[in-house]
Amino acid sequence: MTTVETYSTLAEAARALSGAAYLGGGTVLMRDVNAGTAPARIVRTGDPALSEVRVQGDTISLGAGVTMAQVLARADLAFLHPVARVIGGPQVRQMGTVGGNLFAPHPYGDFAVALIALGAKAQLVGQGARAVEELMRDRTRAPLVASVEFARPRERTFGFAKVSRVKPKGVSVMSIAILAPLEGGRFRGVRVAFGAMGPHPMRGSGAERALEGQGADAATYANAAKHAGEGLDPPTDALATAWYRREVAGVHLRRLLEKMERGQ
Amino acid sequence: MKKPVTFTLNGSERAAFADGGQNLLEFLRRGVGDLSPKYGCGQGTCGACTVTLDGAPVLACLTLAEAVQGRAVGTAAGLAKGATLDPLQEAFMDHFAAQCGYCTTGMLVSARALLDRNPAPTRDEVIEGIAGNLCRCTGYEPIIAAIMSVAEQRARA
Repeated sequence: MTTVETYSTLAEAARALSGAAYLGGGTVLMRDVNAGTAPARIVRTGDPALSEVRVQGDTISLGAGVTMAQVLARADLAFLHPVARVIGGPQVRQMGTVGGNLFAPHPYGDFAVALIALGAKAQLVGQGARAVEELMRDRTRAPLVASVEFARPRERTFGFAKVSRVKPKGVSVMSIAILAPLEGGRFRGVRVAFGAMGPHPMRGSGAERALEGQGADAATYANAAKHAGEGLDPPTDALATAWYRREVAGVHLRRLLEKMERGQ
Repeated sequence: MKKPVTFTLNGSERAAFADGGQNLLEFLRRGVGDLSPKYGCGQGTCGACTVTLDGAPVLACLTLAEAVQGRAVGTAAGLAKGATLDPLQEAFMDHFAAQCGYCTTGMLVSARALLDRNPAPTRDEVIEGIAGNLCRCTGYEPIIAAIMSVAEQRARA
């Protein structure tokens, strides 16, 4: 028998969370509820702060309850539209949240991939902030997330690609997000993140090393492609084998870099 | 523990009791008696249970029933006004857009939500609009044609 507890604030919900599951948009947890495999206690909150989008200068804060549809409705978040648009179908985008995407199991979690590349920090209820990429490493014990915060990327420095076998709504063979600012013709502060290429969305350290300090040219992209799979641990599942994912990671990385260079 | 839930269903005020953890699909079908949203997968994959919540399409199987307290739910049962079918329902018949019919109510709700938001969608926008609804009979083409025909009729009117 499932018991649902509804709290008016996020802080109250966080205090009640021990031994319970948190319900956000429902697209992850309700599957378990329907299958009878969810914890007996479910905690939720209608705290309005959860669905707030705050843009102050170049700093963007998305409440954990902000949906993909909310992201798509905002012109000032246009750089995130290619990410939000490929998550689920229209119904899932109305329901699925930024916070929930951090905890979506493989092969889901494409928004988290973008957040890692953007260097986002998650604000945890009562526990300060932690980098999203760190939070990913042990998602089962993660505390309640209130919001995620990141700096707006400069024009043409951020790119995202999702590779799926079914279009327009298919899950990821892999997803890739790249933040690649150019300074004086060379990449500085490069961040590459992959989804569906490990147990959770993670940094592509091999590609980052290959790009950092280099110029935006074909030789750099080819070298990044060569090292794309380093540090990743792709799974074999119904969509693709680990071997296939490793083989094509560099190809998709290079294509995305070329697309970003063309300003697409 | 059962909880009372009051909401509007296709414009009419309704009240029923929801079980703890009950999803909106089961609540509508068993608790309220609206059988138009269908149970397909229970995992949010097939879209057969699509309803609108405050006008936006959602998956009833992944929506907590008690979360619709005070909100407006729309189902395919509310599309026809008395004996007058929604133009989409007429178009689905004209274009043979239903075969087994199991996905049809969810398709209609998604299509109506799309046209309400975007009365003149492109073919790609129609495809995107029904991307969350699976049909294993038609190959989608008759469904796309039906939705496009309603958009075109409106453009001519």
